[in-house]
Amino acid sequence: MLQVKQLTKKFGPKTAVDNISFDVSGSAMIGIIGRSGAGKSTFLRIMNRMDRATTGTISFDGLDVTAATGAAKRAWQSRCAMIFQQFNLVPRMDVASNVLHGTLNRRSTLATVFNLYPQADIHQAIEILDRLGIAEQAAKRADALSGGQQQRVAIARALMQDPEIILADEPIASLDPMNAQVVMQTLRRIHEEDGRMVIANLHALDTARRYCDRVIGMRDGRIVFDGTPEQLTTGVARDIYGAGDSFSEATTSTEIETPASVPRPAPVLA
Amino acid sequence: MTDANTAEPSDLGDIRENYLAQVQRRRLYGGLTLMIFVLLMVSGFVVADDRNAGGFWDGLHQIGDYPADVLSEAWEKRADLPSLLWKFLPALTETINIAAVSTLLGACAGLVLSLLATRGLARWPRLIPLFRRLMDMLRAFPEIVIALMLIFVLGGGPIPAMIAIALHTAGALGKMFSEVAENADLKPVEGLSSTGATWAQRMWLGVLPQVAPNYLSYALLRLEINIRASAILGFVGAGGIGYELRNTMAWGPGRFDEAAAIFVLLFSTIVLFDQVSSQYRNRLTEGLGQ
Repeated sequence: MLQVKQLTKKFGPKTAVDNISFDVSGSAMIGIIGRSGAGKSTFLRIMNRMDRATTGTISFDGLDVTAATGAAKRAWQSRCAMIFQQFNLVPRMDVASNVLHGTLNRRSTLATVFNLYPQADIHQAIEILDRLGIAEQAAKRADALSGGQQQRVAIARALMQDPEIILADEPIASLDPMNAQVVMQTLRRIHEEDGRMVIANLHALDTARRYCDRVIGMRDGRIVFDGTPEQLTTGVARDIYGAGDSFSEATTSTEIETPASVPRPAPVLA
Repeated sequence: MTDANTAEPSDLGDIRENYLAQVQRRRLYGGLTLMIFVLLMVSGFVVADDRNAGGFWDGLHQIGDYPADVLSEAWEKRADLPSLLWKFLPALTETINIAAVSTLLGACAGLVLSLLATRGLARWPRLIPLFRRLMDMLRAFPEIVIALMLIFVLGGGPIPAMIAIALHTAGALGKMFSEVAENADLKPVEGLSSTGATWAQRMWLGVLPQVAPNYLSYALLRLEINIRASAILGFVGAGGIGYELRNTMAWGPGRFDEAAAIFVLLFSTIVLFDQVSSQYRNRLTEGLGQ
């Protein structure tokens, strides 16, 4: 059970997140949509405790996330994995090592500094890579991979954390439509197969509609919409994006196929 | 990187085996390197201790004696300290002037040298090795060696010290500048050359705006180093506060209050320049011009 209560984040005089509250019970795949600067990324960063909230609380299963410090904070961070727009892998290390970074919170600093991971962890890392279809890249350097493959490595690192929540900050904004689809389907599959909660910031409406069970719309730091994808009409979307009548969904679309023919594709990854 | 790629393993077991083999190999090499390092360090210390003819362990407890003498004498005569500080201020100014002029001249020379020695930017790409070796040479000679030679030829005073430090600075900053310039984006340079700009125009208008904050930051760091260097050159007759320091230290007890005053001046100068330069660098990197 995730509870966000009156969360506010100010950067100097600017309010990035303005008094937002919502609950999530059980596992769900949630999409947060809105213009850039609407406070979506700031919210995810506060959830992962990379930023501090100015006021308000986030609690998860009774744990006050916003109050955790030191080792408790790092333990929480390992329970709620983050996926970034620019992947944020260590470019000069091999793919499997990058995935093994997901275990850093559990292992001693001294061992990990010398890149010493237990054999079982290495096996698990390669199994996760295999699940995401990129096991044969395990020994390559992370920066030798394409953007879509790098994002899948980042997802593998997140899975290695064995997290209860996966936060994805614009996971497909730097990818071409084909790779974007693979990454979104991967996230959906992880949600369905493992029952992990996924919260994704998304630019495009149709992505949120196709892959998410619940959509939250943010504008200028506030929540202006919270409902199912079906309730997300063009009128509501205009409101979220602050656009006039000229707004059409085609402007934000990253679709390859039309939504009508494939409303929500079943995961095609093997 | 290694054979895991070239072998194109087909199934998961192969992939795992290959990766584990790679990990094993890397651990082995890492362990061997660490062992060699520890061995060299230990044997080095043993050799150094032997060469010291047993003086190291016997002398260790005396390390604090000289500073204690200086401090206790300076403390007794602490009332004189302000007037002594005032007395040595002109000498300090001379030292700072030597450092400032040599940093300025050295940075200008280093700028030109660095652009001529950077791949992708050089005016004459074939001459890159030449300019690199030139910078190596400028760096290789310690300032004190150049200064001693120049003092012999030109006589004592601040000018030889200034030239000596400027030469070393040109080599040192040239290398750092060149490393920064290597990472500069070449697209603006290409854009300028498409308009028919000369090499100097491309460098000044296309490269410098990108690298200026880094260059300035390195130059300020060098200024700090050069203040210390010009103080040391005073020891060999280049004037400034180093000359005064050598005199007071050579005279031994009785003038330790003056030595302490000079240390106070040097220390506060370094602190001041460090503070000013770090503040300035922060303003540069956080984008004053945006």
